[in-house]
Amino acid sequence: MKILVGVKRVVDYAVKVRVGSHGVELKNVKMSLNPFCEIAVEEAVRLKENKGAGVSEIVALSIGPKQCQETLRTALAMGCDRGIHVQTDLRGDYMELQSDAVAKLFQKIIEEKEKDADLVLVGKQSIDSDCGHVGPMLAGYMSWPQATFAAKIDVEGNGLLVERETDQGTETIRIPKLPAVISCDLRLNEPRYATLPNIMKAKKKKIDTFQAEDFGIDLEPKNKVLEVFEPPARKEGIFVDDVNQLIDKLRNEAGVIP
Amino acid sequence: MLSTIARRGRLLSTSISIRCASTLIIAEPASDVSALAPSTLAAISAAQKLHSGPITLMLNTSIDPSVVPSSISTILNTNQSDSLAETIAAAVKKAQETYSFSHIVAPATKFGSNVLPRAAAALNCSPITDIIDILSEDTFVRPIYAGSALAKVQSTEVVKVLSVRSTAFDQAEVDGSSATVVDLDVEKQILTEFVKANVSKSDRPELSSANIVVSGGRGMKNGENFHLLEALADKLGGAVGASRAAVDAGYVPNDLQVGQTGKVVAPDLYIAVGISGAIQHLSGMKDSKTIVAINSDAEAPIMQVADYALCQDLFKAVPELTEKL
Repeated sequence: MKILVGVKRVVDYAVKVRVGSHGVELKNVKMSLNPFCEIAVEEAVRLKENKGAGVSEIVALSIGPKQCQETLRTALAMGCDRGIHVQTDLRGDYMELQSDAVAKLFQKIIEEKEKDADLVLVGKQSIDSDCGHVGPMLAGYMSWPQATFAAKIDVEGNGLLVERETDQGTETIRIPKLPAVISCDLRLNEPRYATLPNIMKAKKKKIDTFQAEDFGIDLEPKNKVLEVFEPPARKEGIFVDDVNQLIDKLRNEAGVIP
Repeated sequence: MLSTIARRGRLLSTSISIRCASTLIIAEPASDVSALAPSTLAAISAAQKLHSGPITLMLNTSIDPSVVPSSISTILNTNQSDSLAETIAAAVKKAQETYSFSHIVAPATKFGSNVLPRAAAALNCSPITDIIDILSEDTFVRPIYAGSALAKVQSTEVVKVLSVRSTAFDQAEVDGSSATVVDLDVEKQILTEFVKANVSKSDRPELSSANIVVSGGRGMKNGENFHLLEALADKLGGAVGASRAAVDAGYVPNDLQVGQTGKVVAPDLYIAVGISGAIQHLSGMKDSKTIVAINSDAEAPIMQVADYALCQDLFKAVPELTEKL
């Protein structure tokens, strides 16, 4: 089984973002591997470590500026075998490069460079654009089976059994035959920390670079971001002294309890 | 007709798209065929803001038009036994080929997030999801960066494929429609198979649509302590939620998670117990009408966001609150 894992470089989850004149300010802001992409990488590595799955190779794919090479090195240090960097300076946080173009780039990489990819693992969403489109859109373009919000993946014969999160709990679906696309959710696994020896080994692993414009895809956003602004602030609240005062406020001031 | 024009490029003028305006609503699968899900009703009300053209409702089963809002003029029954993304995307494609909608709308739930992007890909359109405001038939507002920023975005696609956040729209009134029910023939797909559902059974109201939510965080220390919140929720007739920290730590299952990557709720009353108030959690509940925070740490970010903050040990405050209500 050959696995392709999407890894996105995003603003670190702990950063409090500021809205500038052209979208969210990214200058000098700490960037990291998207947490859900990290879960996807971890799952790919666990599938490889599980000999029964027969994973031959894990390829990490990142689309973005030259700093994506650092993101790829993190994925390689966690256990991916090699990386592909599709270089573009277009902003990937919803402003310029949007999900449909990203999914089409994934499709091109699969069709032109990694024809024997059996499984694509991506995070369920990136924490900058908060779209969650790439997984299901790629599956749609490829006409491949999809399983989003995966909480558990088991190899079953030539296919997979996936337990996925739903609004009411979870459901189990079967993918009888690969190839397929799976997007990874929070409960799937807890990603490992890359050990120093693996970080050193990752420096020697191969990363191929391609230019996003060379794939013949229209990278222009179909959804034009006209403006980015901060949400309205909430009215300031107060501290209450005790439960009695809280109940009084809720009943007589807020009117939310009888 | 519209699909041919889409292939020729985005040369179609806005005026033509308004003239042919009509919307398809992808209904949340009905667990109970006697009523539409609250998220579907919110999607219908959102659709009413797009244009004055007809609205069609697509469901996987038959439903009595009397439990459907009057704004629905046609009901499409796909007669499918499953709600897998492949099945519904194929149904949407078939519906679009048959009726050439200008807008396709789904609720922004896990169901909608699973299905809509695949449907958009099938139609070769770029979707806009998690919409919280509709400014016109092609311009919308959606949150990014966990709601720390809002993006005003205009679709240039001929067919607008959209999902709407249920808490941002009122539910459409169920005043009974005179819609005709039409069968939509959809080929059975074989890419995936439904095996079973593991539904969390609860007598409590559903988290996404509850009027009152009592939520617990890492401060609860373990899963058993959540019974304190359940008792409070029951006294108030509310639902129980949790922060990602509580889910991560295994205190409660994932479907209780409120936040950027969990459920977005906007109840009349949200009580955050032992929750610090990270941005990611706030993005899932900051539209609540009244926010209460119970936390022994007065410096916790949530204490600044809450309308009423009680700085006290939750293991004392919560039982006292439950008893005195």
